[in-house]
Amino acid sequence: MFKDIEHLVRLAAVMAIALIAFATMRALVVPRSFGEYGHYRGDAIAEIAARPVAFAGHDVCEACHIDVVEQKKQGKHVVVPCEACHGAQAKHADDPASVKPAKLDTAVVCARCHEANSAKPKGFPQVATADHAGGLACDICHQPHRPKIETPAATKPATEGKK
Amino acid sequence: MQIPVEGFMYPNEVELQWSILIVLYPFITGLVAGAFILASLERVFRVEAVKPTYRLALLTALAFLLVAPLPLQLHLGHPERSLEMYLTPHRSSAMAMFGFVYLWYLMAVLLLEIWLDYRRDIVVKSQTTTGVTRLIYRVLTLGSSNISERSLHIDERLGYFITVIGIPSAFLLHGYVGFIFGSVKANPWWSSPLMPIVFIFSAMVSGIAVVMLLYMISTRLRRREIDICCLDKIAQYLFYIFVIDFSLEMLDLLQRIYEADESFRSLDFMVHTRLWTSQVIVQIVCGTVTPIVLLGLTQILSLTDTVRKRIYALAGCLTVIGIFAMRWNVVIGGQLFSKSFLGYTTYKMAFATREGLLTAITLLILPFIFLLVLVKLLPPWPDAGPVPASGASPAHGTS
Ligand code: HEC
Ligand code: HEC
Ligand code: HEC
Ligand code: HEC
Repeated sequence: MFKDIEHLVRLAAVMAIALIAFATMRALVVPRSFGEYGHYRGDAIAEIAARPVAFAGHDVCEACHIDVVEQKKQGKHVVVPCEACHGAQAKHADDPASVKPAKLDTAVVCARCHEANSAKPKGFPQVATADHAGGLACDICHQPHRPKIETPAATKPATEGKK
Repeated sequence: MQIPVEGFMYPNEVELQWSILIVLYPFITGLVAGAFILASLERVFRVEAVKPTYRLALLTALAFLLVAPLPLQLHLGHPERSLEMYLTPHRSSAMAMFGFVYLWYLMAVLLLEIWLDYRRDIVVKSQTTTGVTRLIYRVLTLGSSNISERSLHIDERLGYFITVIGIPSAFLLHGYVGFIFGSVKANPWWSSPLMPIVFIFSAMVSGIAVVMLLYMISTRLRRREIDICCLDKIAQYLFYIFVIDFSLEMLDLLQRIYEADESFRSLDFMVHTRLWTSQVIVQIVCGTVTPIVLLGLTQILSLTDTVRKRIYALAGCLTVIGIFAMRWNVVIGGQLFSKSFLGYTTYKMAFATREGLLTAITLLILPFIFLLVLVKLLPPWPDAGPVPASGASPAHGTS
């Protein structure tokens, strides 16, 4: 009698071993704090909070770069925080002497916000960069902190308007 | 790469996120479910005529099932993470739960049924072969070589039981794929409670057609005579199920046209422009109406065996193409229009990329390689069976 179902018993044993192996693996691999708050590792919150801050916030920058703040106030970019263009600069703010922000490629940075797209609000200034700049860097003509270009009639010495 | 856009698209709609690989996913799972249901017909409803395709259908289902998750893996990337779906199950994600549906079907249904059905052959082979082959068969016997009358009878009963469980499981497997699309309520092209049902029936259609074609091709390659009774029966099933499938899709269409909700004009325009070729010409005219008419003819007229075989082969190929087009139109079509109903984008298929055409073609060839290996390992036809058809019969050579 047993002989005739022996192969099935063996099959059941194989399945049981597979299940046990799975359960063991699950116990070993799944982190302890998984599911504490939701479908993720609870400890992750503390770990992320412990990471060094990357963004300093524009208040910090403005304390040192007063000239830039003055310039920005004159144009519409007053609403754009420093690190939206310059990237995370907390390290530079901590130690300006040894950490210098990298030079920006305006053809990339400016297009990120100003590339024409019909989904953007009509009133937002936007250009088809390929037609508008023809591959030139935007800061050849625009001063990044005060981007409006004065009419040629009011041309001033080369210190203003163009960078 | 600039993607041609017509009218207004939201920025995140311009580029299609679900590529041709996501077309393959329902297509391949559909073949699995369809092939299995054909096999179950023989077993549960005891349709003797389709018996020659029983094992072939099971192996086909397995070969395609092994490939089914690959398009998803390639699409998502990080295949090493797929195990996490089982380790930390996410019960509110329909897609994550598919992992369990898949596993259940593979482990609890298909592998078990094949093992039980082949156990006698495996034991015999483990005693008659040598070397590495012998080792493989020895492992497959699980160390028990008992093939007494009684033990085989027990296997038969258990196999029957598993098939009975297997039919709803096969429905679940592919119905689930339909559900994944049908439950995307933000997308009017997909969101329909009829989706799982249409998916199951189209799956049966494609699975039966593929097994029929594989049966014809493999029999020719082995230089045996095709069992025309078997073929007739399969074609008959194909015809009936195809008619049901087609009526369901037409019902869905009727419902959409009459309901004409806010998405209708946009979708209607899409069907008449971007999807015209793939939906109307390929899917409906070539891939559905033509094979139904062809198969219908074989039911009404009395044609010679040769003509019938030719018609079956043609109808089978058209059917598979048609069902592929259906998956294409569902997956790609559902992403071509804007949620604003004001614009349309274009699907640009890459070639030799992770989600390109080349990958898709490879993934479609892969199941046949798997099938070849499986057929070598577990021959689905009785070896000493029907007399070789050549020799006396000059009629041999017709398709
Ligand atoms: C503690 C004062 C201080 C703070 C805070 C500070 N900076 Fe600076 N920053 C400097 C000094 C000093 C230099 C000039 C360094 C040099 O030329 O070696 C400088 C230079 C720069 C430059 C120009 C580098 C170049 O290529 O000439 C940029 C851009 C800049 N800072 C951006 C920022 C931003 C953005 C912040 C806010 C996250 C910030 N800074 C905060 C002191 C500061
Ligand atoms: C609209 C994008 C943008 C914003 C916002 C912006 N910058 Fe700049 N900034 C630039 C570009 C572009 C340059 C020129 C290229 C470079 O030096 O990398 C520049 C240059 C600088 C320089 C180098 C010296 C100079 O004046 O040309 C400093 C310092 C600087 N920025 C500080 C700041 C500070 C501080 C803020 C926030 C109060 C700020 N920037 C906000 C884009 C921006
Ligand atoms: C983080 C997004 C952002 C980036 C990056 C950015 N801008 Fe702007 N820009 C704005 C916003 C916001 C306005 C103000 C729009 C308004 O008030 O309607 C603006 C306004 C402008 C205007 C219109 C000014 C006027 O007075 O009419 C110009 C020109 C312009 N930006 C050029 C640039 C250039 C050149 C760069 C690259 C150095 C750049 N922007 C980078 C967000 C950005
Ligand atoms: C050759 C000089 C030149 C270059 C290079 C250039 N601009 Fe301009 N841009 C202008 C002038 C002149 C105007 C103002 C005339 C106007 O409003 O049409 C202007 C206007 C703009 C405006 C305001 C449009 C509006 O509708 O108010 C934006 C935004 C702008 N530029 C972005 C850029 C960006 C982004 C780049 C870099 C990809 C760039 N520009 C490069 C000369 C230039």
